[in-house]
Amino acid sequence: MPNNELNRRHFIASGLALALLPLPALAQTEAAAKALVNSVVTDINRVIDSGKSEKAMLRDFEKIFVRYGDVPIMARYALGADARTASPAQLKQFTNAFQGYISRKYGRRFREFIGGEVNVRNARKIKAGYEVRTLVKLRGSSPFDVTFLVSDKSGRDKFYNMFIEGVNLLLTERTEIGAMLDARKGNLDQLIKDLKKTG
Amino acid sequence: MPRRLRLKHLVVLSCMAVLSACASTPPEGATRDDVFDPYENNNRAIHKFNLGVDRFLFRPASKGYVKIVPDPMVTSFSTFAENISLPGQAVDYLLQGNPKQMGNALLRFVINMTVGGFGLSAPADELNLPPVDTDFGETLHVWGVGEGAYVELPFYGPSTQRDAIGVVINLFSNPINFTPVRPADNIGVYAEIVRRMGDRGRFSDTIDSILYESADSYAQARLIFLQNRRFELARDDEDAYLDLYSDPYAETGTDPVRDPFLDPYEDPYAE
Repeated sequence: MPNNELNRRHFIASGLALALLPLPALAQTEAAAKALVNSVVTDINRVIDSGKSEKAMLRDFEKIFVRYGDVPIMARYALGADARTASPAQLKQFTNAFQGYISRKYGRRFREFIGGEVNVRNARKIKAGYEVRTLVKLRGSSPFDVTFLVSDKSGRDKFYNMFIEGVNLLLTERTEIGAMLDARKGNLDQLIKDLKKTG
Repeated sequence: MPRRLRLKHLVVLSCMAVLSACASTPPEGATRDDVFDPYENNNRAIHKFNLGVDRFLFRPASKGYVKIVPDPMVTSFSTFAENISLPGQAVDYLLQGNPKQMGNALLRFVINMTVGGFGLSAPADELNLPPVDTDFGETLHVWGVGEGAYVELPFYGPSTQRDAIGVVINLFSNPINFTPVRPADNIGVYAEIVRRMGDRGRFSDTIDSILYESADSYAQARLIFLQNRRFELARDDEDAYLDLYSDPYAETGTDPVRDPFLDPYEDPYAE
């Protein structure tokens, strides 16, 4: 059974390789970036199809966001220059509030994706990692481009930004958070409190 | 008839005069993410006016429209609006020096107007032709005209100086407006309003969240419009587009060598 032997050898070799490699040092590749986006889409679709209550769905979306998204860097970027003056405790609280806010805000929109189709098209290298382009087809409208940016700078492959037909979601949120801060005269603690109820 | 035509010309000329008089150019080296908005105060006033128009007129009318009219009919009317704009788009492709897409637009028009039952459906979509979507704003872009300042137009919404000229020209540039067999004057404009009502009604939750739930709906609409428009126009120049991705990792200083005090990956959850 030469086949079996080969398999066993491979198995041993890869087992060794795994044991020797420091763990999250799996090389980031285009295929891995694509696989990540595919998992995000599959998980979101599973939640949409679950038929749970909206509240339960939003909780599930938050789990997906934390699992596949690089939430700390996204929160930091959205907070902008104010992240530099925030205390570590404030930053932690903000990240937490931001995570819920984004999950609720965009999770509510996913209802419009029912019956939609997401096709992962291609991935290519960019400065911070990989760009994965997908084509989304919704009922009764022409297909549109949704692009994920994936990076392993957090130690694992995670997406850190998304573009819908060229609209940068992270930048849109930075503008929004900035406006919310302005409305509160720069009071970050008040923003954190309110953000927990927004979205 | 000639009198009406002269009036149209007058409108076009005066609009162009106003827009070019205030035409200004963004500073050198502006990137895709930059916003050039020297008329912000004016724009914000118009935005407030547009919000009122939406709240009391456009939104309720659109929601009523998609509620009363069956979904497939809403789709048909939107398709009709797109089909009837095709000859105008063909003219724009011609002006852009793109005869291939001009032919594509005309072919789609002929097929959709005949096989597609007076343009109420789009069988040409099945032919695997490249998508057709252009306007005079894009023609100006192809000719090398810069984007100009951001402007919000009354009733119409977000635009730029360049696109505003395009919007006005496109009101009149569709050859359908000049054919003797046209079903009604300015049918393209009415069809476009109906199409926009369909979109406003169908995506009302998303649009409401931008217009009425965000902390600064003016800034949100401005950013979303500019980015989407630049994305549309960058179509063939993907590499230029790619270079402009901002890198939040670089900005927040994940690099411990460059910025030893800023490391969001240290462990933001520790404590």
